[in-house]
Amino acid sequence: MSDSPDPRTPRPVNHCDGFARSQAIRRALASGVRPVEREWDSRMPIPAGVGIDRRRFIAGAVGGLALVYGAGRAGLTDGMLGDGIARAAALQPATSPILVSLFLQGGLDSLSLLAPAGDPTYAKLRPTLAVAPGSGGQFREDTSLTWHPSAQSIANLHNAGKVLVFPGIGYAGEDMSHFTSRHYWEVGTTDASLTTGWLGRYLDLTGDPTNPFQGLSLDGQMNPTIATARNPVAAIDQPDNFAVWVNGVWGNVQEWTLESASSLGDRQRNHHDPAVRQVASAASEVGVVRRTLKPWSKDQSNSSSEIDPGAIYGSSAIYPSSTDDDLPARLAGLASMIAAGVPLKCVALSTNVQFDTHSSQAQTFDTGVKLVSDSLAAFQADLEARGIDNRVLVHVWSEFGRRALENGSDGTDHGAAGTSLLIGSRVNGGMIGEFPALDRLDVNGNQVVNVDFRGVYASLLEQWFDHDAGAIIPAAARFPRYQLLS
Amino acid sequence: MSVLGPSPTPIYQGPFTEEQATRLLWRAGFGPRPGDAERFAKLGLQASVAALTRPQGRAQLVGTAPHDDKGRPLDPINVWGDDHCWWLDRMVRSNHPLVERMTLVWHSWFATSEEASNARLMINQNWTFRRHALGNFKQLLTDVTVDPAMLLWLNGNTNNRYSPNENYGREMFELFTLGQGRGYDQDDVHQNARALTGWTNDWSDTRGAVNFRFESKLHDDGVKRILGHSGRFGWRDSVNLAVHHHAHPSFFVQKLWGYFVGAELPRRTAGELEAAYVRSGFEIRPIIEAVLRHPLFYEGPRLVTPPIVWTAGMLRASSQSIITADWAWIASLTGQVLFQPPNVAGWNYTQWLDTSRWAGRLQAVNTALGKNTLQGKKYPFGLEENPSDAYDHAIAFWGGQPLSDLARENLLELGRRIQHGQNQKWEQVEFRNLRQNALRALIPMTPDWMTA
Repeated sequence: MSDSPDPRTPRPVNHCDGFARSQAIRRALASGVRPVEREWDSRMPIPAGVGIDRRRFIAGAVGGLALVYGAGRAGLTDGMLGDGIARAAALQPATSPILVSLFLQGGLDSLSLLAPAGDPTYAKLRPTLAVAPGSGGQFREDTSLTWHPSAQSIANLHNAGKVLVFPGIGYAGEDMSHFTSRHYWEVGTTDASLTTGWLGRYLDLTGDPTNPFQGLSLDGQMNPTIATARNPVAAIDQPDNFAVWVNGVWGNVQEWTLESASSLGDRQRNHHDPAVRQVASAASEVGVVRRTLKPWSKDQSNSSSEIDPGAIYGSSAIYPSSTDDDLPARLAGLASMIAAGVPLKCVALSTNVQFDTHSSQAQTFDTGVKLVSDSLAAFQADLEARGIDNRVLVHVWSEFGRRALENGSDGTDHGAAGTSLLIGSRVNGGMIGEFPALDRLDVNGNQVVNVDFRGVYASLLEQWFDHDAGAIIPAAARFPRYQLLS
Repeated sequence: MSVLGPSPTPIYQGPFTEEQATRLLWRAGFGPRPGDAERFAKLGLQASVAALTRPQGRAQLVGTAPHDDKGRPLDPINVWGDDHCWWLDRMVRSNHPLVERMTLVWHSWFATSEEASNARLMINQNWTFRRHALGNFKQLLTDVTVDPAMLLWLNGNTNNRYSPNENYGREMFELFTLGQGRGYDQDDVHQNARALTGWTNDWSDTRGAVNFRFESKLHDDGVKRILGHSGRFGWRDSVNLAVHHHAHPSFFVQKLWGYFVGAELPRRTAGELEAAYVRSGFEIRPIIEAVLRHPLFYEGPRLVTPPIVWTAGMLRASSQSIITADWAWIASLTGQVLFQPPNVAGWNYTQWLDTSRWAGRLQAVNTALGKNTLQGKKYPFGLEENPSDAYDHAIAFWGGQPLSDLARENLLELGRRIQHGQNQKWEQVEFRNLRQNALRALIPMTPDWMTA
């Protein structure tokens, strides 16, 4: 390892970008545009609710949702869960807090997000990847650190006092497996066998047995952070593309067919067999999600004149555009759901971008961090413009940081301490903990943790949700609390 | 037909009717074609398992060759999504279904994504999985370790003596052979990465990554200490050390069991399977034959059927072939695109369904119904049809697999509701068509169909 690096630089992987394309196709499908490269099939979209009155989405509060329910109800019997939503929306105070968990997949490189750019040790550890001094904004609480230039919008929010940075977060004896470390963060303790998320347990204790929106995954599949043992939660991709319809069926029959599927789910959601329960719960909750998201859906009757998402969302914020990550669209949809009074409590989503930068790190990191930063800044601006920013806190995390010494593939291997952010108008902007010194790395050459993530979770539960952390985070009393809100 | 030898573990002694045969066909293949369950029930347990684990001759693809919406043959190397459809077609048509199913198991076990390479290399890797589907695990791991798609995916091609890359070295222990934290530590990972150094490739402007090879000058030939052994180890030693480590057989048996059985693996059965596995020199087939005959396979709880298996099952049950390349993007809605596992750990087999992926499966049903949707001025089953007849016709469309009483009653209710919903005499044909379409759509969405 003391030899000089191999002079031949490997070319970046020349991959076919299939994932990006599948995402693009998915988006196209959702907006009724024909997918690329393939003939759009006219058999496909006869969306749910054809023949049923649609009301335009009305921003506001609970009234908007109640109107939606009134519109969807004619001639239909709402399931038990549907009434639960309406009730939850009616009961939920317009000021009730919402926590958004954003997972940066793969292990974000802390040493690039906030770089000790002038430190000669840093330059030695990162011969090709070092962030150049002066290339990004200075970090207010520790002037030896430079924000990565791609994180400019987060730096700006931080300067405005709306970002709290944990530059050395993790846990003692950091596990360098993606899956284990991520799991620990998701379940809120270093227990490999726990099957509920830390926010899921909060929802089991405080949630409603009839409101799946209390825990919402925006990943297009369940997000383990909000996985519950009892209370229902929902997964969607974006509120405007939750497409449910049955081919060759229209009018009332379409609605009856979908109701029938959900009612079988209702009947079997407590089945003794867990596999049956998994299918039945999904079917049952689809009924509620479908009815609640009706105002967002785009159907054939208006597909000829493409709806301007800006109009339906009533948003003045400008979100970045991306062909390979739906993050901006998902956050835009989320802001509109909050504004509409959808009874959300905990929302979880992940980036499509993988920050597992074992090779060609610069490229992936730059585009990924820029997208995340610009999306979060737009989301914050959106919430502010709608006057609902005081209700929302965004927690940004990754499973670990990366090895201080770069690895010779223009990348970095798995590390220990990482960076976490809390973003929002009510946040105690600044820094908690400190940037772990590069001359005191652990035996594996990783940065050493100085803030335990479980202490942050416990503080969030107590300060944001006003709930006893001890009932949710194992051994919560052992971890220090931090002043998270201003 | 081959006859199975004794099993190292207990053999199921209960009745082997169409019900048990159906579970076997879904879990060890891609669901029954019409008549398969009856045929297997007649064969009995031993002969049914043997038919799956010891298929005769070369695999044949039975039925119509796949094509895209315009009737063009698939071009899996060059057209996006056609690789997915190419393999889906094999799942639908191969007369060696367990070989395809095991290929899918290895694809998830050694989860590699085409995001890091291309369809050509992924399909080559797929043939490696198929070749070893029921073969020898050590040989499989040997081939996977230097497989080009894997070398690209876990950075084996840039792991050299000047600067080891730990990516494959870590996952080899954690995900492929030993399990997280079982008998190795970070230093073993680092030393393992050193042993694996030396693989590289060239880049072609037209073909991407080419010419994968071992170059001794890139290999670290120093002494390494791995899993308690010291030596000037290379990549073959690395494979040897992992497979012969005491934590490997239990990892292998536990993980393989989990793909096929919903019940927990009893400690005693685990010990018996581990011993048989080691005794055989890491052969896969004897373990599979024991698992497929184990009482808990038939008596244990149900398993949610993976989306791609369920999709292939719909096409098999309705005697259809691939006539559209839409299956590739439909798969992304259901949560399982072939050659694109979500991450290095593969798909999460314990959580296949949520509101979003349920909606995606309904889209898949719509695609499977496709041209079979009834419409127009005629109703093929006659206007005298009552709700119960309509149900029977819809069940027959999907090959006759029966549903539970509750699911059946739920569909009969829908059938009655649609019958009553018809207001005018002239609506009669239309409502018969609508009803048949609705019932056909909901059958594969029942828990009966989505679990086995």
